[in-house]
Amino acid sequence: MSVRVVKPGMLTTLQDRGRIGYQRFGVVVGGAMDDWSHRAANALVGNRQDEATLEITAVGPSLIFNEITLIAICGGDLSPRIGGEPVPQGRPVLVNAGSQLEFGARQSGFRVYLAVHGGFDVKPTMHSRSTYLRGVFGGLNGRALRAGDEIHIGNGDAEGCYPALTQRLDRAKPTFAAAPQAFVSSSANDALETVRIVRGEQWRAFVEKSQTAFISDDFTIGTQSDRMGYRIEGVTLKLRQPLEMLSEAVGFGTVQVPPDGNPIVLMADRQTTGGYPKIAHVASVDLPLLAQMSPRQRLRFHPIALDESQKLYLAREQALQDLIKSVVAWSGV
Amino acid sequence: MGDCCLIVEFGQRVDSQINQITRAFAEHLLSHPIPGVYDVVPTYTTVAVHYHPESFLGDVLPWQRLQRQLEAVLTQGIETASAVARVVEVPVYYGGDQGPDLIEVAQKCGLAEEEVVQLHSSPVYTVYMLGFLPGFPYIGGLDKRLNMPRRKTPRTTVPAGSVAIAGEQAAIYPMESPGGWNLIGRTPVTLFQPQAEPPCLLQPGDKVRFVPISFEQFQAMQRQ
Repeated sequence: MSVRVVKPGMLTTLQDRGRIGYQRFGVVVGGAMDDWSHRAANALVGNRQDEATLEITAVGPSLIFNEITLIAICGGDLSPRIGGEPVPQGRPVLVNAGSQLEFGARQSGFRVYLAVHGGFDVKPTMHSRSTYLRGVFGGLNGRALRAGDEIHIGNGDAEGCYPALTQRLDRAKPTFAAAPQAFVSSSANDALETVRIVRGEQWRAFVEKSQTAFISDDFTIGTQSDRMGYRIEGVTLKLRQPLEMLSEAVGFGTVQVPPDGNPIVLMADRQTTGGYPKIAHVASVDLPLLAQMSPRQRLRFHPIALDESQKLYLAREQALQDLIKSVVAWSGV
Repeated sequence: MGDCCLIVEFGQRVDSQINQITRAFAEHLLSHPIPGVYDVVPTYTTVAVHYHPESFLGDVLPWQRLQRQLEAVLTQGIETASAVARVVEVPVYYGGDQGPDLIEVAQKCGLAEEEVVQLHSSPVYTVYMLGFLPGFPYIGGLDKRLNMPRRKTPRTTVPAGSVAIAGEQAAIYPMESPGGWNLIGRTPVTLFQPQAEPPCLLQPGDKVRFVPISFEQFQAMQRQ
C-alpha cells in the first residue's frame, strides 16, 4: 500500500512523537508540533500513538491513495476534500482506492495531521520517523514531501477496523465514507489566544516591569517563527543586570530571552540546551494551541502554578484515553 | 523546569570536578533507569531529567514523586568512575570568510589576530557536554583572555563546522543552524552522522586540541 504525492503543499513532513533518548548527544527531539492532534489522529485509525503522521503546514498537499485506506485528519482546518466533497475532520474516514485528497483555503489553525491506518512506513533514524529538516535526517530522507514521492503504508486491515464504514463505502468512484460524528474537536482558533505558562528559573532575574508586561501585554508571533522556535514580538524584556549563564537543558515550550529582549518559545525542533535566561515554560497542555497559531497572530501569556499545570496535563492524558475508548465503543468491534 | 522535566544542580560554575560528578549522576540514571524517565541530559553543572508525568501517579503530584526518587538516589550515593579520556585533534582554518568574527574578537580582546589563533589552539580542552544541536560540543578550557559575550542578536545562519567561542566556552557547530556565538574559524571534520551509533564524534569527557591548518588543507580535507 502507498500514497502518491501529486502536490507537496507548503511544508509537509512525516512526524511522530519525537526522537527519544538521544538528547544527551544534543540530538533534537523533533516530532509533531501539535502532539495532541497527532495522537488523536493515530487513535482514530487504530494506530499506536508513535506511528508517523503527515504534518501539513498552512497550504495542504494533494495525495492519491492507491488502495482503500483508513485515514483521519486532525488539527487545523485547511478545507480537505475528495472529489469535490468536504472531508470531515476528527473522525475515521475510509477512502476508496484511487481517490485524491486535496486541500483548499485555510479556515483555522496552521497545522493539519493526517494519519493512515498501518502508519507511514519509512525507516526510523535513531528509533524515530520524525523528519529533522535542519539535520537532513529522519522521515522521508530528512526532507519535506515533493511531487512524485510515493510513501509506503504499513500493513494493517483498513477495511476490518470499522464495519460501518466498510459497508457504506461506494467502490465505484473516488470517494469516502466518514463516521457520522467527530470524536475530537480542533484546538485551533484564530482570535487572540491566552497561553498558560509556568514561571521559569530566571523569572526573578527580570525587572518587575518586564515581569508584569510579560503576563499582561499582548504579543505577536514573529514571521521568522518555525518548527524550532516562535519568535515573540512586543515589549522587550529587561534583566535586572546582565546575566551570562552556563548552558543547560531546555524543553518543549521553554521561553528564553536573548539579550535583545525578544522572547523565543522553543518548539518541537528546539535545541536540547540553551544559555539564555528562561523567563517561563508554556504549560504542556497549551502547546498544541500554540502550535496551531500562525505568524502575525496575537497572544497573551497567563501564569499558573506547576501543580495546576501538571493536573491539566494529567487531565489531557485522560481525555486521550477517553477518546480511544469512545472510538472503540463506536466501532462495535 | 516546566511540567515534564526536573533539573538536578551540582554547582554554578565551569569546573572539571563539578562536571565529573554531574556526568557520573547522569551515567547512574542511564544504567539504573527510572520507569517514566525518557531522557537524561547532563550539562556543565546540571542533569535534566525529562519524564512522562503520567508514569508518576500517586498521592502526590508527579514532580514531587520523581523528586523524592532522585533524592533517594543521591542519598544512597553514586560511583564516580573515571576512565582514561581520549584526545581528539580538530583541524581549524582560522579567520577569513570561515571565521568572520576573528577580527572583532581580536579588537575587543586587545590582541592581534595571530595571538587569538595562538591562544585558542594552545590548550588541551575538555568536552563538558553536548547540546543545543546534534553533536554540538560545549568545550571547557578556553584561555581567559578570549572571554567574549555572545552576540546581541543571534545570526540566522551559521555554517556547519564553524569554530566558535562565547564566555568561558568553546564549541563547534556540527551543522548549519542559527547561532549567537563568535565565529573565529572552521573545521572540515564531520562532527555528527545520524546513522552512526553513537551519532557524534565528540563525547562528554573527551579531551580536544585545535590544530591550525591552511586554507589549502581546509579545502583538500573538505573534498574528502
